[in-house]
Amino acid sequence: MARLSARDLTLQYEQRRVIEGLRTEIPEGKVTMIVGANGCGKSTLLRGLSRLLRPAAGAVTLDGKDIHSRPAKELARTLGLLPQQPTAPDGITVRDLVGRGRYPHQGFFRNWSHGDSSPHDLAVRNALDATATTELADRNVDELSGGQRQRVWIAMALAQETEVLLLDEPTTYLDLAHQVEVLDLVTDLNRRRGTTVAIVLHDLNLAARYADHVIAMKDGAVVAEGTGIDVITEELVRTVFGLESRVVPDPVSGTPLIVPIGRHHYPAPQATETTKPALEIAS
Amino acid sequence: MTASTTAASSGERERTLEAPKSAKTGPQLYVRAEVRARKGKQPAWLLAAVVVLALACGASLAVGARAIPLGTVLDALVHFNAADGNHAVVHARIPRTVLGLLAGGALGLAGAAMQGVARNPLADPGIMGVNAGAALAVVGGIYLFGITGLSGYIWFAFVGAAAAAAIVYLLASLGRDGATPVKLALAGAALSAGLYSLMNVVLVSSQDTLDRFRFWQVGSVAGRDWSVILPALPFLAVGALIVLLSGRILNGLALGDDLARGLGQRVGLSRGIVALGVVLLCGSATALAGPIAFLGLVIPHAVRFFTGPDYRWILPFSLVLAPALLLASDVVGRVVLLPGEVPAGIMTAILGAPVFVWLVRRGKGASL
Repeated sequence: MARLSARDLTLQYEQRRVIEGLRTEIPEGKVTMIVGANGCGKSTLLRGLSRLLRPAAGAVTLDGKDIHSRPAKELARTLGLLPQQPTAPDGITVRDLVGRGRYPHQGFFRNWSHGDSSPHDLAVRNALDATATTELADRNVDELSGGQRQRVWIAMALAQETEVLLLDEPTTYLDLAHQVEVLDLVTDLNRRRGTTVAIVLHDLNLAARYADHVIAMKDGAVVAEGTGIDVITEELVRTVFGLESRVVPDPVSGTPLIVPIGRHHYPAPQATETTKPALEIAS
Repeated sequence: MTASTTAASSGERERTLEAPKSAKTGPQLYVRAEVRARKGKQPAWLLAAVVVLALACGASLAVGARAIPLGTVLDALVHFNAADGNHAVVHARIPRTVLGLLAGGALGLAGAAMQGVARNPLADPGIMGVNAGAALAVVGGIYLFGITGLSGYIWFAFVGAAAAAAIVYLLASLGRDGATPVKLALAGAALSAGLYSLMNVVLVSSQDTLDRFRFWQVGSVAGRDWSVILPALPFLAVGALIVLLSGRILNGLALGDDLARGLGQRVGLSRGIVALGVVLLCGSATALAGPIAFLGLVIPHAVRFFTGPDYRWILPFSLVLAPALLLASDVVGRVVLLPGEVPAGIMTAILGAPVFVWLVRRGKGASL
């Protein structure tokens, strides 16, 4: 089952073609991680899936309908998006920023409908609650730490109350604890509300741990997709990143854990299942 | 891979997020006084702003070569007596006050809307070249077609304002990142400089044009009458309506183009609609009062102290407070160099330049 799918999708910036004839699906009700090396087109794919980029050929469909043929506001009630590194207006409070996520649910003459029981306030309260940012509601976004700010942006995306949510590198510039916090939050959202989530993520190990479904990309094409265990192998890491590695079970989650090799360290032979030494790349 | 690797500990994953520890978030004292002060109090502040504007109108009618007590001003408005000399003076001043109201409101609204559309705190009809475009078009009209009536100026002003806005936007859109705030400001400044030098070429080469233009060019609300004001009214009304209703659109654009699109906004269309309103307002205001600088820059920033970043409040506050400042500038300009007068456009520049410097020095140029 897939609500969001790309059919023969070609995406380009002016004359530079990034993705050509790509087919993929974002499975419903799951957390999908899109991984790949820098410049492989994964963020471009997300921009295409979230209608920020109009396809040069092919289409992105939501429930079988081309996303560019649907009214923008109606689409925004189903398909939410958090771009990489968004900027908040100067001096805005957390509550006001989260409230702006309600835009697609507001009509022209219902700008001011507020009050404790209004859908607006209820959605904002729920979003603050789900992201543990209720205590921050009256603070200025400028004063928050990076981790708090990212939680607030996710709260804004939650207030939009979409069934599908696309996140572009939501953990960039966060320390490890905050990266885990953000991904835990997204997982909660997926489990509790059944939200379909697709995330472009740099960190392969975290992607492997939190993904129900992995899409691996190279040079604008999908090279592998499936569960983390099926997709993330030493072979894939070599193909996609050009990196020799050992892939071992994550002692915490059991998901694949990539241990990079590099030029200065050699794996102890007895500690791995693979016998083939990786010495040749040292030369 | 062994089978054991599949045993993901789902119990661990189900763990909910803890509330942020108070040690991490710190005491809630961080809530800024300004946030607390403005919360839910905007209607009261807006009422106060209207009172300030009424006082400025009163001063505009009362102050001048012949000072008239406020009580007499009120009397002249309510029970006009043509035989009373004071009443006649007050009535003679009304068009000037109305013109200040209209031009001030238009430039305040246009400045706020431009800051929102361009996502640029330095945006202002003057800085972005829109007033320069309108002014050059008017000079061209005077020089080439011998336009004399101010009701003729307005059409040239619209064309000039729209062309300048389009050129600045196109120039800034060149290159991969599109029209970033910094590129918009640079393109606006460059175009302004170019347009004003062209204008000076025309003025230097034609004494006649210079004479007719000189008074208008510095920005003044004096010496205009009803025949000037009335033709501009419909354009001002339509422009003001468009801009006042676009508060939510500007709130969306303030989040950046990607996020605005993600929220279901049609970014290009939104920008076009608001830009149309801005051109109507700037063109009318420039035709009425000449290029008045800095009003559209200063007022929306001052207003944010009361409203925060919500354009649904910034716009009406700007509409009320910009004419108050313009009328106050005009009143001060009437008395500082007696018996001469300093045009209001020069007074607003004297007030506005320090604010501009402060904004640039604050170093937040690109984040609005």
